[in-house]
Amino acid sequence: MVKLLRIPLSRIVRTCGRKMSKLTSSSSELDLDRPNIEDYLLTDSIQEPHAKLRLRDLLDISPTLTEAAGAIVDDSFTRCFKSNPPEPWNWNVYLFPLWCLGVVVRYGILFPGRVLILTFGWIIFLSCYIPVHLLLKGHDKLRKRLERALVELICSFFVASWTGVVKYHGPRPCARPKQVFVANHTSMIDFIVLEQMTAFAVIMQKHPGWVGLLQSTILESVGCIWFNRSEAKDREIVARKLREHVEGADNNPLLIFPEGTCVNNHYTVMFKKGAFELGSTVCPIAIKYNKIFVDAFWNSRKQSFTTHLLQLMTSWAVVCDVWYLEPQNMKPGETPIEFAERVRGIISGKQAAKFRGVGSATIGRKIEIIDCCKDRYQIKA
Amino acid sequence: MGNTSSMLTQYDIEEVQEHCNNTFSQQEIVSLYQRFCQLDRNSGGFISADEFLSVPEFAVNPLSQRLFRMVDGLNFKEFVAFLSAFSSRATLQHKVEFIFKVYDSDGNGKVAFSDLLDVLRDLTGQFISEQQRELVLTHVLEEAGYKKDSLLVLSDFMKILGNTGLKMEVEVPVD
Repeated sequence: MVKLLRIPLSRIVRTCGRKMSKLTSSSSELDLDRPNIEDYLLTDSIQEPHAKLRLRDLLDISPTLTEAAGAIVDDSFTRCFKSNPPEPWNWNVYLFPLWCLGVVVRYGILFPGRVLILTFGWIIFLSCYIPVHLLLKGHDKLRKRLERALVELICSFFVASWTGVVKYHGPRPCARPKQVFVANHTSMIDFIVLEQMTAFAVIMQKHPGWVGLLQSTILESVGCIWFNRSEAKDREIVARKLREHVEGADNNPLLIFPEGTCVNNHYTVMFKKGAFELGSTVCPIAIKYNKIFVDAFWNSRKQSFTTHLLQLMTSWAVVCDVWYLEPQNMKPGETPIEFAERVRGIISGKQAAKFRGVGSATIGRKIEIIDCCKDRYQIKA
Repeated sequence: MGNTSSMLTQYDIEEVQEHCNNTFSQQEIVSLYQRFCQLDRNSGGFISADEFLSVPEFAVNPLSQRLFRMVDGLNFKEFVAFLSAFSSRATLQHKVEFIFKVYDSDGNGKVAFSDLLDVLRDLTGQFISEQQRELVLTHVLEEAGYKKDSLLVLSDFMKILGNTGLKMEVEVPVD
């Protein structure tokens, strides 16, 4: 895909350069501190020898048109966020009464039972957490250990309230400095499912409502980092906080969702590179939900989190697999974006998700080039 | 076809197929219809500007503005006819005609130096200066035997692009 956009451009640029030197004698107009585009183009796109630029090369815009038409006909981005509604199976006389019975069981028996379990869990949690938090102010290490255990406990209660069946594969995460965990993101419950096993510190957007309250009180104790998408300077502040957290020896292991948003479990979107340029080991985690029981994809534009939780609590079960994969380090000569894409490939492979998304290579590379030009030469993009 | 949004009858499919000169199979037309409905979110019967630009891969394409002008306000039948140039069954003549129409933005059947320069600017943007672009274009036109102020017509385009083995194909995903 990258080649299609870049070959005509590189040839035109290179040939323009040569033609300029033939046609004009004074080089003052060439603007010598203009960036040399060839430095940033992929080496495999500059494979043609210095052939003559002909009229047909200039007129032939078919590669660009093909890409545009391809995007009109089918684009990966829309596919990533579509939640495919399940086929209605209860449409005939025999199955409909069974389905009605199922609804009665789910809403009448399971749901109240689950609400009870959850309430019970919250009572236990709060009655332990508040004393620990207030009384053990001086004994930090003990307090942290107890709070960690309590957070894991309340998450287990949450998972039980959806009759969650989670199978964990691979070695459990351990708390070591200089490592971050990255996972694909389907819903906010990803965090709860993972937190049940290990108390992670997480980086999240501050949410309004009761979720925000939970974030500021309980999750503070596990050591979370907040960001605010609307603030421009926020990126640098957050990057600094991430670095500090990762280097601290007794901080909880940091969990990052590099997709930046919830994606339906069939595809992965391009990973943001922030997690991959901290200079630490990246441990990928793949989460796959079994759709037969419930579609766990949280379309945050269509549903609030409360509605989503209620929907989960009135389904039969949440079944998912969690794979803890081999830690990866950045290879020498790899850029953060390439590293991110490689890790994304590993996670998608495990999850058997289709590796698609906005500009898997094309736009990623284009943004990288524009960023390079902007930083080095202060060119307005 | 009227205003019905989700049902496509056999008659409709055959009508669309005839309109695009059988360049798409019936299954492809059904897929294109699903895609058209997916893009046309407010069910207006045509795809508006922001609905097109909501496809990121289309929005970042350098020629999106020009293409958009050609495809704005088309109903489904015309939408399929527009895309028929990208079918594997389309003739080379059809594809060259399409390219010509992209260049000829005012639709008068003639492509001037300014039109060529506009498209080149869309593609290369800030990487080359305007002066370099004009000089290169003039030089290349003269090498091919045209003058700076000559107006190119469809037959010129056929001559220039006709025997190059133009590849301009898009596969319509059929579920």
